[in-house]
Amino acid sequence: MKNKSFKDILISNAVPIIFLVLSAAAIPLSGFTTSYLIQEMVTRMGRNCFLVLSLLIPIAAGMGLNFGMVLGAMGGQIAIILVTDWNIVGMQGLLLAAMISTPISLALGWLTGEILNRAKGREMVTSFMLGFFMNGVYQFIVLYGFGMVIPVENHAMLLSRGFGIRNAINLQGVRQVLDKFLMVDIGPIHVPMAAFIVIALFCLFILWFNRTKLGQDMRAVGQDMAVAKSAGIAVDRTRIIAIIISTVLAGYGQIIFLQNIGTMNTYNAHEQAGIFAIASLLIGGATVSRATITNVFVGVMLFHLMFVVSPMAGKTLMGQAQLGEYFRVFVSYGIIALALVLHALRRRMDKERERQSLRGGDAPAPANGH
Amino acid sequence: MTQEPLLRMEHIGKEYFGNRVLADVNLTLQRGEILGLVGENGAGKTTLMKILFGMPVIKETGGYEGKMYLDGKEVNFDSPFDALDGGIGMVHQEFSLIPGFSTTENIMLNREFTCYSPLVELFGERLQTLNRPAMRQRAAKAIDTLGVRVDPDMLIQEMPVGHRQFTEIAREIDRESTKLLVLDEPTAVLTESEAAILVKALRKLADSGIAIIFISHRLQEILDLCDKILVLRDGMVIKEAPTKGTEIRQIASWMVGRTVEDKKQDDAVRVCLEPILRVDHLWVDMPGETVRDVSFDVCRGEIFGIGGLAGQGKLGIANGIMGLFAAGGAVTWKGKALKLNDPHGALEAGMAFVSEDRRGVGLLLDEPIDWNIAFTAMQVQGRCLKSLLGGLIQWRDDVAMASLAQEYIDALGIKCVSSRQRAVELSGGNQQKVCLAKAFAVGPELLFVAEPTRGIDVGAKKLVLDTIRETNRHKGTTVVMISSELEELRSICDRIAIVDEGRLAGMLSATASVEDFGLLMLGAGKGPEVAAGVR
Repeated sequence: MKNKSFKDILISNAVPIIFLVLSAAAIPLSGFTTSYLIQEMVTRMGRNCFLVLSLLIPIAAGMGLNFGMVLGAMGGQIAIILVTDWNIVGMQGLLLAAMISTPISLALGWLTGEILNRAKGREMVTSFMLGFFMNGVYQFIVLYGFGMVIPVENHAMLLSRGFGIRNAINLQGVRQVLDKFLMVDIGPIHVPMAAFIVIALFCLFILWFNRTKLGQDMRAVGQDMAVAKSAGIAVDRTRIIAIIISTVLAGYGQIIFLQNIGTMNTYNAHEQAGIFAIASLLIGGATVSRATITNVFVGVMLFHLMFVVSPMAGKTLMGQAQLGEYFRVFVSYGIIALALVLHALRRRMDKERERQSLRGGDAPAPANGH
Repeated sequence: MTQEPLLRMEHIGKEYFGNRVLADVNLTLQRGEILGLVGENGAGKTTLMKILFGMPVIKETGGYEGKMYLDGKEVNFDSPFDALDGGIGMVHQEFSLIPGFSTTENIMLNREFTCYSPLVELFGERLQTLNRPAMRQRAAKAIDTLGVRVDPDMLIQEMPVGHRQFTEIAREIDRESTKLLVLDEPTAVLTESEAAILVKALRKLADSGIAIIFISHRLQEILDLCDKILVLRDGMVIKEAPTKGTEIRQIASWMVGRTVEDKKQDDAVRVCLEPILRVDHLWVDMPGETVRDVSFDVCRGEIFGIGGLAGQGKLGIANGIMGLFAAGGAVTWKGKALKLNDPHGALEAGMAFVSEDRRGVGLLLDEPIDWNIAFTAMQVQGRCLKSLLGGLIQWRDDVAMASLAQEYIDALGIKCVSSRQRAVELSGGNQQKVCLAKAFAVGPELLFVAEPTRGIDVGAKKLVLDTIRETNRHKGTTVVMISSELEELRSICDRIAIVDEGRLAGMLSATASVEDFGLLMLGAGKGPEVAAGVR
């Protein structure tokens, strides 16, 4: 373990390396200046890291990539719709949105946890489907509930028929509140320091959490549920807590994301949040069963670098920016599929290696030769 | 000793669904004493330990008879957690360790030392942070008590098997209340030198006052380690004796020595004509039945038996050759190399397999008898199929299937309403006959039969065995029969190989004495006189 060969390092970091190479090729083609790219990366890191970090805890608890974070994002969006309608602006608006999203995400996280406990070993696909189902519920609430049951004062937010929220809403009141709260200029680059402080606090939280009894229990549950159970750890409860923490934090993450963008795509934002966050994490070199804070930062950076440069690179190469646009979507889904395939391959290789030890010492070398 | 014994079990009995597995077992154990518990599979060792440990399965199946006293107080544990609190530690055969955790983390699993943090007031105890230095110290102390060298910071997945076993034992003795330690086959996965260290460590533990129940089928270890032995057979205590002055041979005969039934019916000496199947260094990755390195020949026209205790790999041999589990090594069938990991190829080559997993692999439970019997023949040999358009389209020939099925229903005396009855509705014995019929329908030259009499009643057992012998005698089918029941093997086989820990322990003629078989099964008889039969 101490002296990993160069080849091992290459193999275990195959995904980030591929992306680094692709980006390195695309940057000169795109023609962007360095300072522009750095500014973009800084802005996007501040916008997205929190969301991606919210995925770490369930992975440690052995529940894979939590597509259930989409539910948390829904909670954040409902909260931000309400705050915008009530016209509570600035930091107060943002904090209130976070407070409103907490109980919603908590309930949704508990629901997800209960369901995932009934689908052990199939958490990813179950949470993915659950996301689709809850999307229907969300649409029902936002499309019919708002204006019919939940009073909406600001008629500019409603569809012309008098109920239901518009496709896109303007988040004037909370736009970039967190970013501008403590904007520091380093040379030509504007750094949204407050957002980074929040992210740093989150990282500290994760580091601290890993050292708690609960964190230790989660890692035990993640590695072997049966053993953890026989040691007296409340497995189901621990898993539910992991998902709840992730969902609540995903809700905050979505609020941070939306305040940076300044507008909200009412019916799609949460879905994109899930897919893009998971793709970023995987690009950062995480696997279904192991992810670190480093994976988050590397992943968000590489993913968004690709995001920014690929349309322009596409335009230079092929004469059309659409190619890059197409490339983004292709990459997001492709990378998730690739990561899952790599995970399965690695498991098979491990199994094969275990088999080696079964053989008697003097077994003939070719399996079937004679 | 006049002192009250640490553990006293009195008149313990247990029935599973009217099937008696333990009767009137008495056991006493003093502080610091080591008891060796031996017996064949199914002798009742595991059940006895389950009762002691309060496993839920005991309660669910109607509890047990008799009384248990720990430290003179009557106890009746509701769950393994109660037993742990009562001071009984158990080290299981399969490891219950977290692979990605260090030795320390595993020893202290769910008993971690923690530090106070103010968040506890808000969110509860689990938000205390771990006190790693204290945990490490404590773990090191537990390892020290054992007198072995294990790195407290090493990850379980990176350490040799022996160290994992020590970690597991260290975890049990770390509980301050542990007074009695039960070890179920702790040396099964260890190398000899590791086992020797373990034996020494256990001795040291016993000297510190902890009583130990040691289950093993390696009799030499039992003799080296234990103060006394308790031999169980068919749920009863056969013998309780101090190990001093006892010999392995005696123990083996106590364990297997049931009255020998009538000998084989036709004792014509059969000569091995030519090897039809040659197995070289076969390994099979079958969970729970791992085969490590097995080589043997099967002669044309013989009934070759493979015996051994459960979990030693005898089932893996047949499943591996038939391609049901990943396997390697070389298998030569009639002079040609057989492709492994290819069930279709094995069937096509003229082998058939009656699986030990009758309801899972053996039968299509929800389909009628005729489908079941014709299924393999249809899939592999294209029998019972009608061809249309020069073979472009094929479909089932129901008439041919029904007549094929009827032929076997009559020949084997399968009790059923008609050949259209669903397999799931048949009794165990009749299901087994359907499995046999399915294998016979292929017309195999070599038939593997695994545990053919498991779970069927006595009358049906005889019929099944007679059918197998009949096929061998009259159709000339070579048979490889795998069974846990030695008597059964001895009654119909010509030669019997005994598998132990995934390797052949030896090969004996069916007429050899029960004692010799017993020694082989227990891995104690690797002398030159028995090794002669192994290539």
